[in-house]
Amino acid sequence: MVLVLAQRELRSLFLSPLAWSVLAVVQLILAYLFLATLNEYFTLQPQLQVLDNAPGVTEIVVGPLYGSAAFIFMMVVPLLTMRLVSDERRNRTLPLLFAAPVSMSETIVGKYLGVVAFLALMTLIITLMPLSILIAGPIDFGLLALVALALVLLVASFAAVGLFMSTLTVQPTVAAVSTFGVLLLLWIIDWAGARVEDPAATGLLTYLSMLRHFEALAKGLFSTTHVTYFILFISVFIVLSIRRLDGDRLQR
Amino acid sequence: MTQDTLVSVEHLTRHYGPLTAVDNIAFELARGEVLGFLGPNGAGKSTTMQMLTGNLAPSAGRISICGLDLLDSPKAAKAQIGYLPEQPPLYLEFTVDEYLRFCARLNRIANDQVTQAVERARERCGLQQVGNRLIGNLSKGFRQRVGIAQAIIHSPSVVILDEPTVGLDPIQIREIRALIRELGTEHSVILSTHILPEVQMTCDRVQIINRGKLVFSDSVQHLSQRMESSSLVVGFRNPPSGDALGALPGVTAVEALSGQRLRISHSVDQDPTDALVEHAVNSGWQLTELTPEYKTLEQIFVDITATEYETEAGEAA
Repeated sequence: MVLVLAQRELRSLFLSPLAWSVLAVVQLILAYLFLATLNEYFTLQPQLQVLDNAPGVTEIVVGPLYGSAAFIFMMVVPLLTMRLVSDERRNRTLPLLFAAPVSMSETIVGKYLGVVAFLALMTLIITLMPLSILIAGPIDFGLLALVALALVLLVASFAAVGLFMSTLTVQPTVAAVSTFGVLLLLWIIDWAGARVEDPAATGLLTYLSMLRHFEALAKGLFSTTHVTYFILFISVFIVLSIRRLDGDRLQR
Repeated sequence: MTQDTLVSVEHLTRHYGPLTAVDNIAFELARGEVLGFLGPNGAGKSTTMQMLTGNLAPSAGRISICGLDLLDSPKAAKAQIGYLPEQPPLYLEFTVDEYLRFCARLNRIANDQVTQAVERARERCGLQQVGNRLIGNLSKGFRQRVGIAQAIIHSPSVVILDEPTVGLDPIQIREIRALIRELGTEHSVILSTHILPEVQMTCDRVQIINRGKLVFSDSVQHLSQRMESSSLVVGFRNPPSGDALGALPGVTAVEALSGQRLRISHSVDQDPTDALVEHAVNSGWQLTELTPEYKTLEQIFVDITATEYETEAGEAA
């Protein structure tokens, strides 16, 4: 049942021009960045050959590419998630889901999986670029896989926030703007953390920052701490979304 | 004849803040019955329907569908319901077929039966020609039909239609009414409407809801009887005194109209026509006109909802 809903969501995304233009724009920008960093690698290559234990092409190219991708996703994911619930509420299609033999959790998880499938597809397309280096020489598959996983986790967390914001409002644009606000705040929250004297507060703010967890994974250090952070983050927002949508039916 | 009860509602209440939209209503619906829900705007018809379909949680009361409590086992109960809300819940970017396939799968129809179910629903609602068209490009009447197709795609025991004939042309309205009657043979149907003759044509039973309260609930046959004469208009060339007429059995009031005509109101179960004619002949009143007056459903509706206002005003004063 979850899959039926996810499939519908994915289909609706592909039926809208928005998803296609997002795909095109993101791909164009990242392709440009990929070529630029690759070019930089070639100019650096003579110097790198002299070094002991020099960083490989994967490290030099993939790190910046996925870092930029993460930042671009932060701006793009709110646009993809904004319509999830708010649009249904606006078009009054929610009664269809409420009257169907489907639980509220299934509805929300289905919608979420639909949009995450789209985002995973985007990540896959982005990953094709570093894979193309294979034509010229070997790459570090382990690092690439981990960075791609980190990006998927990060983007899935963005989508969870977007979904929740979409359940709060009837206006998709309001959902998009508030999602972007929350994501940006969580992205930069450790800047303030660095200035606070109290080490406990610094620790908390740093822990909350999505950037820290993403960077740690993207460096190639797999740690359950960071993976747990993302999974917890996603679960919290999904549960909040279910509660919120359930609230539509209840006493106000 | 024993009929099994498909829908049973007890003490159903719903508040919106300080406003009580639905106030302690109770009713039952048997298999194969078409129930018409009537009421002025804002009376609580849609709210009741939303509660029946799980779109709103009741503030108090119980709803059971086919013996399944809607709150205790929502999935099983909802599988027995097909619902068309006031505004059909359509995904405008889908084609009719895509949309109906999605609805079929949403209602847990097995994969190998989806095509068949879509085919059947399309046929019943006259949508064969538009299967490949985008819902967004369809006219309002066709969208309404897609909405009905969506509600009956899984052959639910109970079909709940909120104003199903709004925005349709007269031919479509006739088709939809015929469809509702047909649905009524194997499913139970609850429909709300503003169009009073529609109730007479399609429903077995009528409930009138006013300001959240159920003020009338009876079969259409009884309603029709109620619509039949409860007054006579008579004309005499040699009119008798009002008292002579008032003395006739069953007469409750006599009102003088223009000329030599009079309106005689009588109780529903005692028709004084025979006695009147007999007296007229014996006493030489010279009867020239005798017309039973019919009440329209509209009058009954206004009477019922208006008396309700008056009694409430009386209680308040």
